[in-house]
Amino acid sequence: MRLFSTLLALSMSATAVSAQDVVSLDARVNQAFATVTGPFVNLIFAPLPGTSFPWIVMWLVVAASIFTIYFGFVQFRFFGHAIKLVKGDYSDPDDAGEVSHFQALATALSGTVGLGNIAGVAVAVGIGGPGATFWMILAGLLGMASKFTECTLGVKYRNEYPDGTVSGGPMYYIQKGFNELGLPGGKILAILFSVFCILGALGGGNMFQANQAHAQISGIVGDYPGWITGIIFAGVVFAVIVGGIKSIANVTEKIVPLMGILYVGAALIILAVNFDQIGWAFGQIFAGAFTGLGVAGGLVGALIQGFKRAAFSNEAGVGSAAIAHSAVKTKEPITEGFVSLLEPLIDTVVICTMTALVITISGQLIMDEATGRFVLNEAGTAIATVGNTSGVSLTSAAFGSGISWFPYVLAVAVILFAFSTMISWSYYGLKAWTYLFGEGKTSELVFKVIFCIFIVIGAAASLGPVIDFSDAAIFAMAVVNIFCLYFLMKLVKKELNSYSSRLASGEIKAFKH
Amino acid sequence: MPSKLVIGLDGHASGERALAHGMRLAELIGACELLVVYVIEWSPFSFQTAEENAQRHKRREEEIAMAKERVVEPAVAGLTAAGITARGIVKHGDVADILNSISEKEGAEQIIVSRSSEGGFAKRIFGSSTSNLVMNATVPVTVVS
Repeated sequence: MRLFSTLLALSMSATAVSAQDVVSLDARVNQAFATVTGPFVNLIFAPLPGTSFPWIVMWLVVAASIFTIYFGFVQFRFFGHAIKLVKGDYSDPDDAGEVSHFQALATALSGTVGLGNIAGVAVAVGIGGPGATFWMILAGLLGMASKFTECTLGVKYRNEYPDGTVSGGPMYYIQKGFNELGLPGGKILAILFSVFCILGALGGGNMFQANQAHAQISGIVGDYPGWITGIIFAGVVFAVIVGGIKSIANVTEKIVPLMGILYVGAALIILAVNFDQIGWAFGQIFAGAFTGLGVAGGLVGALIQGFKRAAFSNEAGVGSAAIAHSAVKTKEPITEGFVSLLEPLIDTVVICTMTALVITISGQLIMDEATGRFVLNEAGTAIATVGNTSGVSLTSAAFGSGISWFPYVLAVAVILFAFSTMISWSYYGLKAWTYLFGEGKTSELVFKVIFCIFIVIGAAASLGPVIDFSDAAIFAMAVVNIFCLYFLMKLVKKELNSYSSRLASGEIKAFKH
Repeated sequence: MPSKLVIGLDGHASGERALAHGMRLAELIGACELLVVYVIEWSPFSFQTAEENAQRHKRREEEIAMAKERVVEPAVAGLTAAGITARGIVKHGDVADILNSISEKEGAEQIIVSRSSEGGFAKRIFGSSTSNLVMNATVPVTVVS
């Protein structure tokens, strides 16, 4: 309570500072942030020698393709089975009251469905053109296999404590899996992953969310300093994760799925009204995917943007979902792997594609009628848009052109999505933190306070440096995670072979409900 | 083989009336076992945070222990003291579904519940568990008012 009053006093005294000072405070935070994170960002996004293609994007796509082939297109073969598992057909009625497959999936989805689907797609389509959507869908489909691999391991190697709570995630499966295979370096790699996971939690799971939530609010109420939004958000997040005010989290967890449905519903309505243009939009997507249609960077630009945004949105190969999925109640770890492969499908193939279609159809991207090619903005970095919008505001304008009042609903959705993603990532970051520093009240509190401070920084910094750092931190997790998955995938293969033969022989049966 | 009656308790005073009615029936029948059931409302399709999921197993154990201690065990003890064979069961799930599936599995003659003590908005939309039970049960149901 004392902290609250201090925060309040602080914000009030700061508001008294002149507007000039405030703007320069935002600018200073921004500049300092960009300087500190620059080298790290450059390393992660370094292009492959002789090309403009970032090696990290190749890293993710190659991994997803290898997992897809290695597991014999598991995302298609076991798709129907995954649906049955989520419906609870294979859940033992005696386990009622434990975490169900549906709940684990929904929790993981609430961490990934959010700004990536709204702002991220707009960034991808804004820079890479509609063609980016094609590569995004492809990356989403391949990513299902990465997700399957990591989530199976997440459940298999989780820690179950005597008091009945569980902790799981890449840091646990890397350490235990490497030990089981007699490989050296498991502990070091697990520590490295945890460090990147904490950075990812503070970046994409926090600063990017705070930043876009602020952009959204200031877009409606008018421009004001970002740190104010930051302090308000930090206060609410603090109340939930430190104060233990469950009711706020509970309400969000119930509203967020509703918002997701509303978002997809609105997209469907806009698409239905413009059904005559859907064919054209898909034409743009396919044509753009292979020719670039004059976007910044051409074909490669579309491809990089599509792959990058898909990875950032569904987090396949990043390892975060393995933390969320590991709490499920199941005797077969692989069943959670099957369930988790639905995640990139829902997140990327369905929701991201909806956003991309609405933006394409809305006509917000300015096109030269004569040549059928997109017009670039003055800097030549992205496609020129009506009203110079990008990120969330581009999506908002696109939805607004179909349903005039929808930007208001979207604003609320963005704020809630941002909030629920922050809550999810505060947990992922915390798990990595406690892996490094041990479980305990003080250790946990230190992380939670740091997390809240980063919300303020994220809201105050401008989009460029924040989005770069967010991407870089999350992709750094994938560097370690995927490297380890290559060694551990044979353990998943063993599970897959055993499970599918028992399923085929009828040893694993659906329960009669 | 003794007859079996399932008594659904809801943790409220109204549950006592169902229990009393079950006792009277058991005395009339003679060779009769009473199954005292308490269902903790739970849906596998609800939404939870990652932290709640991580602690779910622990919470479930706590919920079961509390329901046994506060509701089921005192009821069973009372019945046993009155010379009636009784068994307590605590489960998570949908009240109507669970009462019915236990009755089917145990081969119970009938289910005895009290009139619902729920009220308000949720009841208007979804109906009470008692009315759901009456409509869907495959075993005779007695509702004690």
